[in-house]
Amino acid sequence: MALVPTLPKHLHGPSIWALYALGFVPAASAFYLGATGQLPGNAIKEFEHLLGLWALRFLIATLTITPVRDLFGVNWIRYRRALGLLAFYYVLMHFLAYMLLDQMLRFPAILADIARRPFITIGMAALVLLIPLALTSNNWSIRRLGPRWNKLHKLVYVIAAAGALHFAMSVKVVGPEPMLYIALVTLLLSWRTVRTRFLRWKRQRSAIARPIPATEKAAG
Amino acid sequence: AAALKASTGAYKVDEPLTPEKDVTSYNNFYEFGTGKGDPAANSASFKPEPWKVKVNGLVSKPREFGLEELLAFPLEERVYRMRCVEAWSMVIPWIGFPLAALLDEVEPLGSAKYVAFETVIRPDEMPGQSGYFQPLEWPYREGLRLDEARHPLTILSVGVYGKTLPNQNGAPVRLVVPWKYGFKGIKSIVRISLTETPPPCTWNLTAPDEYGFYANVNPAVDHPRWSQATEIRVGEGGFFGSNRRDTLPFNGYAEEVASLYAGMDLRANF
Repeated sequence: MALVPTLPKHLHGPSIWALYALGFVPAASAFYLGATGQLPGNAIKEFEHLLGLWALRFLIATLTITPVRDLFGVNWIRYRRALGLLAFYYVLMHFLAYMLLDQMLRFPAILADIARRPFITIGMAALVLLIPLALTSNNWSIRRLGPRWNKLHKLVYVIAAAGALHFAMSVKVVGPEPMLYIALVTLLLSWRTVRTRFLRWKRQRSAIARPIPATEKAAG
Repeated sequence: AAALKASTGAYKVDEPLTPEKDVTSYNNFYEFGTGKGDPAANSASFKPEPWKVKVNGLVSKPREFGLEELLAFPLEERVYRMRCVEAWSMVIPWIGFPLAALLDEVEPLGSAKYVAFETVIRPDEMPGQSGYFQPLEWPYREGLRLDEARHPLTILSVGVYGKTLPNQNGAPVRLVVPWKYGFKGIKSIVRISLTETPPPCTWNLTAPDEYGFYANVNPAVDHPRWSQATEIRVGEGGFFGSNRRDTLPFNGYAEEVASLYAGMDLRANF
């Protein structure tokens, strides 16, 4: 089932680099606008929020790779690492914007925020949990950790849930936008709970639909 | 917004004005949407004229004020600090007149202890008031104690930056109470009622642990989700010109208003 044209193999590498470059466009353009005084109103908060929102979008994109492959047979797994790392970089920039531009390194206030305000505690926890995932997002770690790598990277489910919750808890009124992110994360996490059964059903169905003729098998 | 003449008022904060562009493009006015840019983007079809404000309740002379009558009060320019509950602030040149002057016209009865305010409901002109998601219960409501309402700092504003109010800033008439968080400054007012008991207030009803009835600016009492000790002054030249400054008790108006709350526990009455 090919819904999208297959990318020639020699373009796989460049397409990943293009994704990184494209992925940093929202941060770079907002930083330029903010630094030159072109973001209206509370420029720092606008920038901070934009970074957080994109972090959540990249987390969601990362979680979409598997269901897209399961359901549509489109394999974009080569982009998953880039999406996951982009999410990490955006969470990190979100925190740096908060620490440097917003709080201007007022550490007592920052520590009090992290300790006392549940939505900030949750956000901070998500950032901390992302660190080991970012550090092991390379081929060497995958080889080295073996099956433990998969186990470790299941943390992304907790991180995505924490991110969506952090967003919803930060707003004065939980409107359609945070609801949408909560819904998407819920849907993507729920998929993981039914996935094994779905794949078994899919295998069985295709086995029934296309029984391999004995003659062909012999010929092969 | 048309040009509006006003005398120079006695109250003038000696700090740089927040640029007009920021004052008129960064707003909380949920009737037009919850984003800060929504009010400016979605309020073009709102019609602030003609307009009437009904003043009733515990008064001897209940009556309606047409917009022309409001504009006939002696208007003055007041440069006030505005501190949002979200920990950002501006310095804004309002044009308006003391609410006390309007209250004098209707003669509050001795039993009147509070003043209740209501914003207009116009789902056809205010997109936040229609559709599946409505962030608040309408009408937006606010209230003051009568002595707060009569305080000379409390004004009904009909203009800003030398012009009539833009729709996104609460045209044609809004409340400005500079020592309280911005959400007390109810916009596009259609009703003012004098009452004996504390009137319901929208944010207080929505999240009573986060927004109190008084909502006096107080650096010592945090909002549950953020500190109120400091604030970002909006519009001071991008990322690096903006500065985070200490928030002042009563937003810097303690000398004028602290006596209104003598003997009160401001932590309990936040």
